[in-house]
Amino acid sequence: MITVGIDMGSKTIKVVVLRDGEIIGRGIELAGFESRAAAEKAFDTALQSAGISKADIDGIVATGAGRKNAPHTDRDITEVGGDAKGVVNLYPNARTVIDVGAEEGRAIRCNEEGKVLDFALNEKCAAGAGAFTEAMSRALEVSVEELGQMSLRSENPTPMNAQCAVFAESEVVSLLHNKTPKEDISRAVHDAIASRIVSLARKVGFEPDVVFIGGVAHNAGFVDSLERALECKVTIPENPEYIGAYGAALAAAES
Amino acid sequence: MKAHYGYKDGSGDYFITIDTDLCIDCANRACVAACPEGVLEIICDDYDDEVAAVVEDHRKKIKYSCAPCKPDRDRPPLPCTAACTRGAIVHSW
Amino acid sequence: MAEYWRWKEYRWHDENKNWHDATLITAGVDVGSVSSQAVIVTDGELYAFSNQRTGSDSPESARKAMDWALEGTGMRLDNIGFTVGTGYGRVNVPFSDKAITEIACHARGANYMYGPTVRTVLDMGGQDCKVIRCDERGKVTAFAMNDKCAAGTGRGMEVFADLLAIPIEEVGELSFQVEEEPPPVSSTCVVFAKSEATGLLREGWPKSKVIAAYCSAMAHRVVTLLEQVGIEEKFAITGGIGKNIGVVRRLEGEIGIKALPAKFDTQIAGALGGALFAQNLLKKKLAVT
Repeated sequence: MITVGIDMGSKTIKVVVLRDGEIIGRGIELAGFESRAAAEKAFDTALQSAGISKADIDGIVATGAGRKNAPHTDRDITEVGGDAKGVVNLYPNARTVIDVGAEEGRAIRCNEEGKVLDFALNEKCAAGAGAFTEAMSRALEVSVEELGQMSLRSENPTPMNAQCAVFAESEVVSLLHNKTPKEDISRAVHDAIASRIVSLARKVGFEPDVVFIGGVAHNAGFVDSLERALECKVTIPENPEYIGAYGAALAAAES
Repeated sequence: MKAHYGYKDGSGDYFITIDTDLCIDCANRACVAACPEGVLEIICDDYDDEVAAVVEDHRKKIKYSCAPCKPDRDRPPLPCTAACTRGAIVHSW
Repeated sequence: MAEYWRWKEYRWHDENKNWHDATLITAGVDVGSVSSQAVIVTDGELYAFSNQRTGSDSPESARKAMDWALEGTGMRLDNIGFTVGTGYGRVNVPFSDKAITEIACHARGANYMYGPTVRTVLDMGGQDCKVIRCDERGKVTAFAMNDKCAAGTGRGMEVFADLLAIPIEEVGELSFQVEEEPPPVSSTCVVFAKSEATGLLREGWPKSKVIAAYCSAMAHRVVTLLEQVGIEEKFAITGGIGKNIGVVRRLEGEIGIKALPAKFDTQIAGALGGALFAQNLLKKKLAVT
C-alpha cells in the first residue's frame, strides 16, 4: 500500500510518500504566497524521489495550518493528531511530543497508541515559534544556523525582557549598542523561546520520552536551551520537519 | 480600583484582575503565599494603599506563569482565587 | 536610508505668561521606551513642554527633555520646586523627587487636558497600549496596560510605515484614500500581519488599501482591550497614535463613541499628570516645613 501525507505548513510544505510503513520519498517547498502551487511542486518532487506516479497512490491525507487548501487530498487531520501518530510510530516509548514550527509551537501528551491525551498551543504569536529566531537572526545579521551555534558558545547568559518578537528586536539593538556579545544575545533568544515552550509542556504535564520535532529541531542552540529548561533530554528524529506529513501518510494507510 | 495585569497577543487575552478596593484592609494576604509560582506580591500603590499586584516580571508572560495551574482538563480551583476570601482576584482565561 | 518612522519633535512655552509671578513651579518627566516628554506647570497651569524621541540612555533622555522644555523661558532647573518622574524610565530621572506610575499620571493628565467629564482614557504609546478609567478628579478606578505585544502600539505602526515606505505622519490620511474600506488584515501579530501585507502588495493592492487594512486591524484590536476594562463616556485618546486619524476614526466607528477633541499635544498626558501630582506634593512639603 502506498500513501502520501501533505503537511501544509505556514512557511514550508512537506510531502512524504509511504509504502507499507516505510518512507520511500520526500519533498519540501517554501509555501510563499501561493501555497497550493508550492504544494504541487513538493508533491511532484516527493513522487519523483519515490519513483512512483499518482496512479500508484492508495490514499492522500493533508495536515498543517493550510490543510484545507491542499491539492489532491482525500481528507485532512489535525496537526496534533498527525504529530502524535507519527512520533509514537517511530518511538513507541514516546509520551510527549514537542513540535516547534515557523508559526506555531505545540506540546502534546499521548499514550502508547499515539492517541492524544492533552495538548497546548502557542499560536498566532511570533514569540512562541520559529518566527522569533528568524527575526532575531536578522537583527543580529547572521543565519539561523549561526544563531544556533553562537548560542552554544555563550559564556554569560542574561534573560531577555521583551516577550514579543518586535520588541525583542529593539532590545537586541540596544544590547548590541551596549557591547553585549552576540553569543549571549543568541542564548537569551533561545532561552526565551524554550521557557515559553516548556511552560506549554508543563501545562499538559509532560513525561518521558520526550520527542522534539518540527523545523526548529535543527537548531542546536535551541535544543540545548530546551533540554536545560525541561531538565531532561529530548529525542530528535532524522528530518524532524517531516514528521507531521509522516503522521498524515500513516493516517491515510489506516483508512 | 480594578487593576488588570497581563496582556493580549495574537494567541489570546490573559488578564488577572485584582479589585484593590477589596485588598485594602486585608489582614493575612493569603493569596501571595498560595501561588506556587510567586506571581503575586503586596505593593504600595500610587495612592499610598497596600494592595495585591502581579509581580512586574510576570506581567508580560502571565499565560506562561499561570500555565501549571491551568491544565486543559480536570482543572482544580486556582490556589490564588481560593485563598482570597473577598473575591478580589479574577482570571480572564 | 529613509526613516519613515520619524515624527516631528518639538517644544512650546506660553509666551504670554511670566513665570516669575508663579508661587508653585513643578515639572513632570515621562521617559517612555519610544518618546520622552517634559512638562512644566506654574500654579496648576501648563507653562511649557518638550516632546522628543528617547535615546539609548534614559537619564540622558530625561535631561535633554527637561533642558529643551526650559529653552527660551529663562527658567532653570533649580527654579522648579518638585519634579515627578514617570514612564518606563521613571526610576532613571536623576533630578526627580518622586516616581509615579504612568497609569496614575495619565489619568491625572487627561483630567486636565480633557476636563473632569473624562472617564475613559485610551493611551496608545510607543511600546504599550493602556486603558485607564478615572473619576472626576483624575483618580484611577480601573486600568489595563498591555506592553507585552507590539500589536496596538506605535512600534507596530512603525513596522508598517517602514514596510510601505510611508512617513508615519501621513499614514492616517493615506488610509482614507481608498475606494472602499478593505477587510482588516487577519493577523493580530505584527510579524505575521507584515507577512500578510507583503502578500497583499504582491497581489496588487495599493499602499493606501494595505495601510487601511492595518489601521482597521489595529483599531479592532484596541477595542477589545477597551472592552476588557469597560468604556464609560466621556472618552479620550492620548499618546502618539492618538494623532493617527486612520486608527482613531475607525476605532470611534467600532465603539460608536467619539473621542473628545485634543486641545493639547496628545503625547504630553503622562508628563503633565506628573507635574500636577508634583504640585500637590510640593504643597504638602511646604505646609510641613
